[in-house]
Amino acid sequence: MVRSRKEMMKAFALVLPSLLVLLIFVYFFIAWSFRVSLSAWRGLIADYTFVGLRNYISMFSRERFQIDMMNTLSFTVSFLILCVVLGIFLAWLLDKGVRAEGLFRNIYLFPMSISFVVTGVVWRWIFNPTVGINALMQRIGLEHLTWGWYTDPTRIGWFHVALIPVIIAASWQLSGYTMAMFLAGFRSIPVELIEQARIDGASEFFILRKVSLPMLKPITLSALIVLGHFSLKIFDLVFTMTGRGPAFATDVPAIYMFETTFRGNNYGEGAVISMVMLAFVAVVIIPYLVSTFRKE
Amino acid sequence: MGRKDISPTRILLYAVLVLAALVYLVPIYILVNTGLKSFEAATLRQLWVPSMQPTIEPFVRAWRQLAPNFMNSVYLTIPATIISCMIGSINGYVFSKWRFKGADVLFVLILFGMFIPYQSILIPLVQFLRAIGLYGNLGGLILTHVVYGIPITTLIFRNYYMEVPDSLMEASYIDGLGMFQAYMKIVFPISAPAFVVVIIWQFTNIWNEFLFAIILTHRPSLQPITVALRNLAGSQIVEWNVQMAGAFLAALPTLAVFILLGKYFVRGLMAGSVKG
Repeated sequence: MVRSRKEMMKAFALVLPSLLVLLIFVYFFIAWSFRVSLSAWRGLIADYTFVGLRNYISMFSRERFQIDMMNTLSFTVSFLILCVVLGIFLAWLLDKGVRAEGLFRNIYLFPMSISFVVTGVVWRWIFNPTVGINALMQRIGLEHLTWGWYTDPTRIGWFHVALIPVIIAASWQLSGYTMAMFLAGFRSIPVELIEQARIDGASEFFILRKVSLPMLKPITLSALIVLGHFSLKIFDLVFTMTGRGPAFATDVPAIYMFETTFRGNNYGEGAVISMVMLAFVAVVIIPYLVSTFRKE
Repeated sequence: MGRKDISPTRILLYAVLVLAALVYLVPIYILVNTGLKSFEAATLRQLWVPSMQPTIEPFVRAWRQLAPNFMNSVYLTIPATIISCMIGSINGYVFSKWRFKGADVLFVLILFGMFIPYQSILIPLVQFLRAIGLYGNLGGLILTHVVYGIPITTLIFRNYYMEVPDSLMEASYIDGLGMFQAYMKIVFPISAPAFVVVIIWQFTNIWNEFLFAIILTHRPSLQPITVALRNLAGSQIVEWNVQMAGAFLAALPTLAVFILLGKYFVRGLMAGSVKG
């Protein structure tokens, strides 16, 4: 469509305020944070004395920071697997022409609409070692299966078992999201393809594995990226549900950053943690954004 | 999908679906059930036992404690939602129908803003809001939510306006409508579905948000409900039936929106996964 140059300039002028605001609040602020991470700022008064990579070196050598990195990794991997498996499974079942499908779908999805703070408060009680699941298991004679849940500092390799309740709570909240995405994915697979496989005598499970799943790859990737970038920066849920946990068993970088910066007033090192978090997210998100929009 | 007769497989299918549904509903059961118990009935060993003599007293007490914060959330969420909606609509219109040179690159640069961990901007944000006198009050929080809401609202509107046929725009151009007039006369009137999606999305997100809220408001009287709930739940002196009732109150508005307008919520959810 031919448009006058003047109209195009008007269009640009219309989005210019948003562009400028985001230039400041996103890009300039990130650069500013980076500058803080290179400064000696420690205490209530800003101090921009340049100290090079000193904060990075001291942060990387901290045990708590290393634990947090491993916790983030193990949390992200288990959370992604649980969400994707649950999501595909529920979507697969719902795609079989179920009565009251809408009701089931909404029950799996409603946790998405609730605050992580609420989720944290409730699941903290559910996994509370004296009143929660343990009490229920005692009641039905499964005492031998009770354990300390998020109060247990045990570590298997690098994996803190105390993360398990947090992973369950996070998956409770977000597996419905993957279910909804996969359901839309199943619906976009041509019916003839599935029918033909059935006529050929393939089992439902075989069809899922050989026909449906390969076609769901792009959706799986989107789901992994959205959930993955979210879990790399998780804060609210862990902060309310368990906090840093015994011996940092449930600690994550966002909690460490919060405590270092806004409770400990160690701005330089707090900024280091935030830059590491940004780097993690950028590694996941930038290729995704670029590949999504290059097509256009 | 054919066979809908009562076969063992179908019974198993429903059994699994119902079981999964019950598991997903457990936290709501805990919330409501405990919230309806008196302090005496809410003893430690009784978490799972149904409330025998339900009382709304915990809800009344939780409300008395949290009402000011609940209202803070209302005063925060409503203006922030409306403003970010308007901005998103205008931006989405330009980025779909008036793609000036370089528009697509700028759009991706805008989108990046919705993925960043906000920790990476928090220190400057606090300094900046302090400098302009908006630190510690709802105004600063509203501004923050509006700014960081721009990427997602722009994205949803842009995707929606992409579906508006170019021929419609062409016709408006031939009729001599300029860019503003085309927006007011053609695009805005058909935007209602996108507005519903974005309003629900922003309302839910801002209501539920915690990180900005805890950093940018320090006076308890100005804190939104999520922060107040966290403080309530963290205190040792508050009985946990009241905590649960409080959590339920905090969840109620967004839960109600989901129950009433769930399908629009799902659309926002899907838009959140980008798909250009």
